[in-house]
Amino acid sequence: MTALGNLATPLVMGVLLGGLYGLIALGLSLVFGVMRLINVAHGDLVILGTYFAYFAFTILGIDPILSLFIGMPLLFALGFAIQKYLMSRSFGISMEVPLIIAFGISLIIQNVNQIIWTPLSRGLTTSYALESFVVGGVRIPLAYLLDFIAALIVMLLLSQFLRRTYLGKAIVAASQDTRAAQLMGINTARIYALTFGIAMATAAVAGVFLGITFPFTPISGIAFLIIAFGVIIIGGLGSMLGTFIGGIVLGLAQTLGGYFLGAAAQMLIAYIIVLVVLAIRPQGIFGR
Amino acid sequence: MGKLSQEMPQEALLKVSNIDVFHGSLQVLWDVSLEVKPGEIVALIGSNGSGKSTLLNVISGLIHPAKGSIEFDGRHITTLDPFQVVALGVTQVPEGRRLFPDLSVLDNLIIGSYSRNARSKREQNLKMVYEHFPILKYRKDQLAKTLSGGEQQMLALGRGLMSDPRLILLDEMSLGLAPKVTDELYKALSEIREGGITILFVEQNVRRSLKEADRAYIIEVGRIVLSGNVAELREEEGVKKAYFGL
Repeated sequence: MTALGNLATPLVMGVLLGGLYGLIALGLSLVFGVMRLINVAHGDLVILGTYFAYFAFTILGIDPILSLFIGMPLLFALGFAIQKYLMSRSFGISMEVPLIIAFGISLIIQNVNQIIWTPLSRGLTTSYALESFVVGGVRIPLAYLLDFIAALIVMLLLSQFLRRTYLGKAIVAASQDTRAAQLMGINTARIYALTFGIAMATAAVAGVFLGITFPFTPISGIAFLIIAFGVIIIGGLGSMLGTFIGGIVLGLAQTLGGYFLGAAAQMLIAYIIVLVVLAIRPQGIFGR
Repeated sequence: MGKLSQEMPQEALLKVSNIDVFHGSLQVLWDVSLEVKPGEIVALIGSNGSGKSTLLNVISGLIHPAKGSIEFDGRHITTLDPFQVVALGVTQVPEGRRLFPDLSVLDNLIIGSYSRNARSKREQNLKMVYEHFPILKYRKDQLAKTLSGGEQQMLALGRGLMSDPRLILLDEMSLGLAPKVTDELYKALSEIREGGITILFVEQNVRRSLKEADRAYIIEVGRIVLSGNVAELREEEGVKKAYFGL
């Protein structure tokens, strides 16, 4: 195989993996963009979605992707309730309080998952999760392709929802100027709860595709939270397309870093890019 | 509090009664009372930091008073949230315009009609706004942040009108605008009043206030010190001294 042929593998894998990273980060980006809340529980909520799909798959025998018909509404409801009953009461107090609440939620989810599922590594090992196919000399795992397609669909649906629908416009308005939105008759408390719910519905999707692609444990959320932070620093907060592209940049940095410098250095390159973006363009590539 | 004009017999549309308001532990309004009758244009005059904007924000429900009450059309609105106040027909056009900068002009207007009662009248109100400010129709697909200062203020006023208000609270509409643009806005305002909308406005320019309003309240350091018809206020010694340097 030629050198270029070898390079094609990390390029394709990086883009596809980046789709998954973008998908994981979408909800974090949305919640920060609208509420200015750094949801440090985001990774654990994604993993909660993964464990729900694991439960549906192993106990109920439902395909993980089909289980999203239950998983998405469930996580939507959980997100809505977290915002309505916990976060909204704390917003007026200080910046730290919602952060501490999110940290508490993170610890609770990790420990509940430890109790129910034990710390053993699990996987959503569906029949298609392990399949792969070859295109132009590049072997592509089917799971990676599914990740990318799912990310693309969720990103497009979410950005069209925010741009075209009345509720979406109200969410964007509230994110640009909360007080002005209130003065225009928008119930911002309700908008915030819906936003958190929508973010968690995307986390449910991210969780399923994460579980199809990688093995996971109750503490995997932390690693993916850090990746999601990297993605939104690169892509810029609040922009759905930016988050998606930020994911691809991070995915490429990881696979190309691994290709040129060895597996041990793959995340090193990714985080050097994050630092460079922070230094040169702190609002992110697509940030305002 | 000096009262120059006689009580008009008509029921008040807005009635603010003896409110005390605090920012944290700092009191900013003391025993403030104010009435606006249907169809009136009323000015609230005062210097920076006198509490004018705070009073509008209390009426809008952004801040709740520690004491006293606010009634609109006979209903208590003292403890309502801002979106509920808007739904009843009281809309504030805030100081500094506070448009949604990255939404289009049309989307800004559409967001203005978010209130449930305003949605059914959206097309009708949009037509009315475009009649008052044709430039907004011309610029409807531009982002709000690309408009000039005067156009932005027209959009802010238009966005407020989209909520189908019965009472508009206008905060410092002419701030930073050229006199010609200000004239245009006040002309639109008198047309809006003729369309049946009551107006309470805050203005730093005293001459302008006394020219455009029917009645005025003068507020100093959180207290209403004088109120009455503008013709009478113009002759009042205190007003002359304080605001016209006579």
